[in-house]
Amino acid sequence: MREITFQQAIRESMSQEMRENELVYLMGEDIGVYGGAFGVTNGMIGEFGKERIRDTPISEIGFTGAAVGSAITGMRPIVEIQFSDFLLVTIDQLVNQAAKMRYMFGGKGKVPMVLRTPNGSGLGFAAQHSQSLEAWLAHIPGLKVVQPSTPYDAKGLLKAAMDEDNTVVFFEHKMLYGMKGEVPEEAYSIPLGKADVKREGQDVTIIATSIMVQRSLEAAVQLESEGISCEVIDPRTLLPLDEETIIESVKKTGRAVVVHEAVKRGGFGGEIASVIQESEAFDYLDAPIQRLGGRFIPIPYNPELEKNSVPQVADIIEGVKATIYRS
Amino acid sequence: MSTQIGNLDQDKLLQIYYQMNLIREFEMEIEKQFMRGKLYGTMHLCIGQEGTAVGAIAALEPEDKITSTHRGHGLSIAKETDINLMMAELYGKATGISKGKGGSMHLADLDVGNLGANGILGAGQAHAVGAALTSKMRDLGYVVITFFGDGASNEGAVHESMNLAAVWELPVIFFCENNQYGMSGSVKDMTKIENIADRAVAYGMPGHIVNGSDVLEVMKVTQQAVERARKGEGPTLIEAKTYRWKGHSKSDPKKYRTSDEEKEWIDERDPIVLFRNKLIEDGVLNEEQEKKILQKVKKAIEGAVEFAEDSPEPSIESLEEDVYA
Ligand SMILES: Cc1ncc(C[n+]2csc(CCOP(=O)(O)OP(=O)(O)O)c2C)c(N)n1
Ligand SMILES: [Mg+2]
Repeated sequence: MREITFQQAIRESMSQEMRENELVYLMGEDIGVYGGAFGVTNGMIGEFGKERIRDTPISEIGFTGAAVGSAITGMRPIVEIQFSDFLLVTIDQLVNQAAKMRYMFGGKGKVPMVLRTPNGSGLGFAAQHSQSLEAWLAHIPGLKVVQPSTPYDAKGLLKAAMDEDNTVVFFEHKMLYGMKGEVPEEAYSIPLGKADVKREGQDVTIIATSIMVQRSLEAAVQLESEGISCEVIDPRTLLPLDEETIIESVKKTGRAVVVHEAVKRGGFGGEIASVIQESEAFDYLDAPIQRLGGRFIPIPYNPELEKNSVPQVADIIEGVKATIYRS
Repeated sequence: MSTQIGNLDQDKLLQIYYQMNLIREFEMEIEKQFMRGKLYGTMHLCIGQEGTAVGAIAALEPEDKITSTHRGHGLSIAKETDINLMMAELYGKATGISKGKGGSMHLADLDVGNLGANGILGAGQAHAVGAALTSKMRDLGYVVITFFGDGASNEGAVHESMNLAAVWELPVIFFCENNQYGMSGSVKDMTKIENIADRAVAYGMPGHIVNGSDVLEVMKVTQQAVERARKGEGPTLIEAKTYRWKGHSKSDPKKYRTSDEEKEWIDERDPIVLFRNKLIEDGVLNEEQEKKILQKVKKAIEGAVEFAEDSPEPSIESLEEDVYA
């Protein structure tokens, strides 16, 4: 199969949908001739024009709110927020408005919009351009939260997000944009709420999200050579969360390590750990569930400090071993 | 031979000329170091905007404050942060002004009254309102200039801040460096009015348009606003027309503008060249003095690079320091 990058997969998914559905359009800063801060919308203005690839003034709360208003009146906007840190500028429109309208209105109306945004550290953009805030949004009833980890998943999950009648926040890790992988040319959908077993194994289940899926797979290869067999599960969507796949895996392996880049304290890993221990998998556990996540600090600028503030492959190996050699 | 322009004496004029050159050379140096892979992350160069940074800040007293922007190296230099510490910060070193943790986008120096550059557009304007409120409530006498771009002027927080400053009659100056673009967005496409300064009417404050390529005009208009603020008469909005010569950040093919337009600004409206010509015409600067000034600039930059390169990396133990007071 042909290989394309994560970034190309996202662009292709949007372009295919826009060809099929005239209600879909894009809004955001510098998405036109500039092609977006990370090049995701490169060239789209040539095909779809300025009306549908709509460059906005620097007014995040305004255009995100406009997307809500446009969605509830029948359009299907995709909003690009240049860095996920700026979600915090839009947050009233997401949390108080988009997420709650249908419920407050007694089941009338819907807000079918997708908010795409790059997150994560690794490029030296420091504290206000490197965060991973997915747990904040996964806390909000009414939203859906997606975090793809491969080009294939990105394309299919984005299709499902665009087909959704609810507001979906779609996180794209900056360090994944250049990653290549096999992606079918035709449009396809990966249902939201369906985890993927990225690697099968017997001894321990690693539940990882976003870029940590790639780091966990790398760790799993090294651990294999030391005789430790890891199963790597990517939930792919935090909201809804495929609890069953996680629970079944932990029942099989008896050990669980949860890994995300976001700050560990209050991160989504705590939720996953609770899901496991509240389920029948509890009786199968041979060791406490281990959580790995970012240190409790803002992301620093210096590259070595930056690297040391979030889990790396070596940390995952160490975390797995701590779980295995316990008991 | 006159050694004065208006009420500015030769020392002050040559200091302005030195600072403008220092900013330009600093930016050219870090661009070079960035290309060589010595610097990390991203950076926003202010080459072409030296007249706004230096002109506006020259109107301040040392105890006055500013809030800076992501394109803030020039503002830091004009507010007289030690460039060794700035350079070390860009190198991510332990000796940097923010211990290597902030980088280019978060340059701050509370000791000289720079409340910080900002990665979040619109945030600094609100801080300036608060800093001016402190000055007023405690009768401290200082004024605050808050810098922001034409792009940022469309953030809701900027509008809210201007209204707050006006109704509370605070000593703050909203200084918009209109360099014609917010990233790729031309100001012509992103605002429906000719001048951002025209918005002042809506908040009940005076608005002034200045030629950002004329450092003395920038200074004069800012001085008037500072005077007004100090007398307790409230805020002013100043819009300086200027241009960023380089791309938005480290790499940017500049597809959103023409090279003719760039050429016009660079060839005809270079704030440093225009000021130099004026100084020479008015007999304030001769070739020998100029040579000395440029030499001093060169030495300062070389010294900063040397300091940065010789400085230690921050320790991993420092990672968790400074999260809380
Ligand atoms: C809230 C927020 N939105 C978007 C950005 C991304 N961004 C950084 S600088 C910039 C352009 C700013 O334009 P302007 O205010 O004119 O300043 P200039 O870069 O021209 O100096 C953008 C869109 C940001 N940092 N913060
Ligand atoms: Mg601008």
